[in-house]
Amino acid sequence: MSLSARMISFRHLDAAPAGDRSARARLAIALLVAALVVVAAISTATGASDASVLGVIKGWFHPSEEAALSARDRLIVYEIRLPRVALGILVGAALAVSGALMQGLFRNPLADPGIVGVSAGASLGAITVIVLGGTVLGPFVGLFGIYALPLAAFIGGLVTTLLLYRVATRQGQTSIATMLLAGIALAALAMALSGILIYMADDRQLRDLTFWQLGSLGGATWSKIGSAGPIIVLALASSSFLARGLNALALGEASARHLGIPVQRMKNTAILAVAAATGAAVAVSGGIGFVGIVVPHLLRLVIGPDHRYLLPAAALLGASLLLLADAVSRTVVAPAELPIGIVTAVFGAPFFLWVLLRRRGILDL
Amino acid sequence: MIEARNVTVSLGRARILSGVDFTAEPGRVTAIVGPNGSGKSTLVKALSGDLPYGGSITFNGRELAQMKPVEAAASRAVLPQAVALSFPYTVREVVRLGLMGGRSGALAGQDEHLPERALAKVDLSGFAGRFYQELSGGEQQRVQLARVLCQVWAPVLEGRPRYLILDEPVSSLDIKHQLLVMKIAREFAARGGGVVAVLHDLNLTAAFAEHVLVMRRGTRAAAGAPDAVMQDALLSEVFDCPLKVGAVPAGATPFVLPQAVPVV
Repeated sequence: MSLSARMISFRHLDAAPAGDRSARARLAIALLVAALVVVAAISTATGASDASVLGVIKGWFHPSEEAALSARDRLIVYEIRLPRVALGILVGAALAVSGALMQGLFRNPLADPGIVGVSAGASLGAITVIVLGGTVLGPFVGLFGIYALPLAAFIGGLVTTLLLYRVATRQGQTSIATMLLAGIALAALAMALSGILIYMADDRQLRDLTFWQLGSLGGATWSKIGSAGPIIVLALASSSFLARGLNALALGEASARHLGIPVQRMKNTAILAVAAATGAAVAVSGGIGFVGIVVPHLLRLVIGPDHRYLLPAAALLGASLLLLADAVSRTVVAPAELPIGIVTAVFGAPFFLWVLLRRRGILDL
Repeated sequence: MIEARNVTVSLGRARILSGVDFTAEPGRVTAIVGPNGSGKSTLVKALSGDLPYGGSITFNGRELAQMKPVEAAASRAVLPQAVALSFPYTVREVVRLGLMGGRSGALAGQDEHLPERALAKVDLSGFAGRFYQELSGGEQQRVQLARVLCQVWAPVLEGRPRYLILDEPVSSLDIKHQLLVMKIAREFAARGGGVVAVLHDLNLTAAFAEHVLVMRRGTRAAAGAPDAVMQDALLSEVFDCPLKVGAVPAGATPFVLPQAVPVV
């Protein structure tokens, strides 16, 4: 791993002391902000229709011309493209940060909500509300309204994360093999329970579920963003308080405590943030995998594992990559759309295998 | 002063420590010695706040169990036996973790220079940019010592002595660096801090410790100055192995040799 880390070296920046990558990390974050702005602008400007963003923007400054502008263009930009871009940013950031948080919490670079069953648990929560929301869970949906779906997914993700942590961690140490195997078992259980619910679903629900499970940013609406956005933003904001603690945790639980970190409280916050971010992302976009493993891994090669930089950088890169994946999903089979979960899996699964292969010698797999 | 009174630690049903009394005064190196399984590491874990304990452990008069992690971190630093990292941190990034509490006690604005100075102390100048995972066990142990030194850079902070708790600090070091680490401990004590070190090497103990606690089966077998506790009969009995304490010339630092074991 050192080889790759050295290959991406920024010698001209090394006015900083040797081994201090903070200046490089800050530069990387600035570049990622710029990249996200560009990607988001391009995503907003392109789509299946020929609606012109420039025309819409001109309309802001020349209200007299606004009437000339077709209402259709404005509708497409404001109600279809912008919500989709906003949702992509939120979901991409949520998935990447969840991955980075989980890897820090488990002290394990292969932890990821999608791989260890947390997403499956969140899906089970969401499917439960979709299928039973009209009947048994009517009161729950009535009480929480648009938040019922992300909340149910959060609960599903939280239960899975807690179970996984219980099973895979002993005295603060996670065995990678135990974690991956426990994740397989938990995911299988969640999928079996989901299967029962799907079996009970009617035809309309079934169609919704199938597309939702494959993962998609299609059908993004401002109301979806209103339901998942606050939860994701809250989870991302709380993650910034975890950075120092996760850095210390890399030394082990006891050493983190010796450095003054309230370890138990920090771990609880991390588990809640992972479950909330994953749950909200799954609720609005279904099964989009591998973002949480690919993004933090790439970033560690460039800026190192310091969570003070890794977490914000992961949010930014996760958002950009998901928008790019969405662009691919919209264009490869245009005018039809490939579910984005398929795109991320096609790129992400080989990447995961590559990481496994590279670490095979280091870890007892 | 670290004062432990009647300290008892149980893990499950097994009582690991029973009624241990122990003091570590600032200004001196206190060594904890004893055979495997005698409770040395358990005592150090209790002193570090890693295990629930019965009895009382105070740092400068404050009960350990009442201290928040951040308060404990300002009054002592703990060197663990070995630390494996799962992410590719550079040596400097690891050492810098010692500064996260912001209570190094160095002069204002000096914190950013401490990692290099601490690395120089442990004979690892030039290692700051290396990856921790690529170092040998002994080098990693010294990187951790540098981190711990950053945490309590000033041995006395706001008039209160601070402590280094070292769990087998020389276990994977060559002889040059064993002596270096023991000298660092002595220097820390000479500047007003306190050091508690679990040691296996009785000769290093005799040469560097001012106070020795001898543990046996979870209890205190003896405590006192090295000259007082390093006696043939006591050591041979505690370690269950015939040992001979000598001093050449007479009056110099005592040394311990195993008596010839007959080959069967």
